Amino acid sequence: MTIIVQKVTQMMCGIIFLYGIYIIVHGHLTPGGGFAGGTIIAGSFILLVIAFGSEFLTLKKEETGSSLLESGAILVFLAIAAAGLLIGGVGIFFVNFLPKGTVGSLISAGIIPLFNIAIGIEVAAALLTIFLALLIYKEEST
Amino acid sequence: MTIYLLCIALFLVGLYGVVAKRNLIKMVIGIAIMEYSINLFLILIGYVKGGTAPILSADGAQRIFVDPLPQAMVLTAIVIGLATTALLLAIAIRLYKKYNTFDIREIKKLKG
Amino acid sequence: MGILLIVILVLMIGGALFSLEARDLLSAVIAYGIVGFGLVILFLLLQAPDLALVQIVVEAITLIIMIAVIMDSTREEVKTKSKRTAAYVIVSIVFAGLFLYFFNRVTGTLSAFGERAMRMSLAYINPGAEITGSANLVTGVIFDFRGYDTLGEATILFTAVIGVLTVLRLKGRK
Repeated sequence: MTIIVQKVTQMMCGIIFLYGIYIIVHGHLTPGGGFAGGTIIAGSFILLVIAFGSEFLTLKKEETGSSLLESGAILVFLAIAAAGLLIGGVGIFFVNFLPKGTVGSLISAGIIPLFNIAIGIEVAAALLTIFLALLIYKEEST
Repeated sequence: MTIYLLCIALFLVGLYGVVAKRNLIKMVIGIAIMEYSINLFLILIGYVKGGTAPILSADGAQRIFVDPLPQAMVLTAIVIGLATTALLLAIAIRLYKKYNTFDIREIKKLKG
Repeated sequence: MGILLIVILVLMIGGALFSLEARDLLSAVIAYGIVGFGLVILFLLLQAPDLALVQIVVEAITLIIMIAVIMDSTREEVKTKSKRTAAYVIVSIVFAGLFLYFFNRVTGTLSAFGERAMRMSLAYINPGAEITGSANLVTGVIFDFRGYDTLGEATILFTAVIGVLTVLRLKGRK
């Protein structure tokens, strides 16, 4: 890619990543949540790979790292959901057991912010793994 | 009622793309158009005239809210649609590498 | 408001028809972007901002993957004439007419466009903020009232990634 695209990507991809984290963390106050923030984070990484070409990253190592991160995020999601069985007092699978604060503050709504973070990491890692797998296939077969 | 009919007309356009076309990429585009039209239909059912987005504001004024349940269902359906489209395109790349064409009648004739 | 929705839907149908009839594959993929981005405007008009955020990024990523797939192929669709096209056209028009007629009969039993169609919605909206504790009702429905569906979605995403990794392996393990 030309030098203009590379310079603009260098400046913008950190800001896009920060915007994705903001949408994930404020998921219970403003529109957004885990899915929207996860796709935005994946979009920032895909922009980086497109602008700098495939010699920039060591693709095999990144693909292994992102698929490990995706599996880890699903296991964290299941662990939080299963913790309701042990702690909740009633013993139901998906119960909301942390205290709910006042409606509208950042730390409120029980386990919903933790769920948002786990789902956000999982969606971002899944989309990045799909894209890197396609890119590695194209590199290896030409 | 005309809005519901137009939404199903978009679904029929996608169905035409899957059934009547011979190119693999046109079939994938047809399946994706069908998914988009059904997501739109679910959101159209939950719309209320004069309603706003279902988010409580800071001052707590009571307003008429649009239905939040179809929005929750469609939110996950959009990401699932992306994953299945990516899987179909991966299969299409693999077929192109092996038979060097996107046409399904040629692929049926060559047979490895 | 209704007129605006109908105009954008007609544009989307036109874009979809053009995308399926184009000879050049790159034109087909770019015309497919009309359908996706028109859907973003419709989601904003129907008061669903979460969905508009997700749909913009998903559509951009889908366009990138599609262009990467068709980039090194011949990009031309070869058309050959087949016999019996008149019979196919008549059968498909009759099928489309029957489908639309029965669909019109079915949606006549729903309430009109703009009325509240589901009875469960008030049971979720009114006590929703106190039970879940979140100001965003859609997030409260996803993670608290309907948690199992979100677990199923995470499983489907994981399975799709496993499918892509299995299909695209070039060499076996030595």
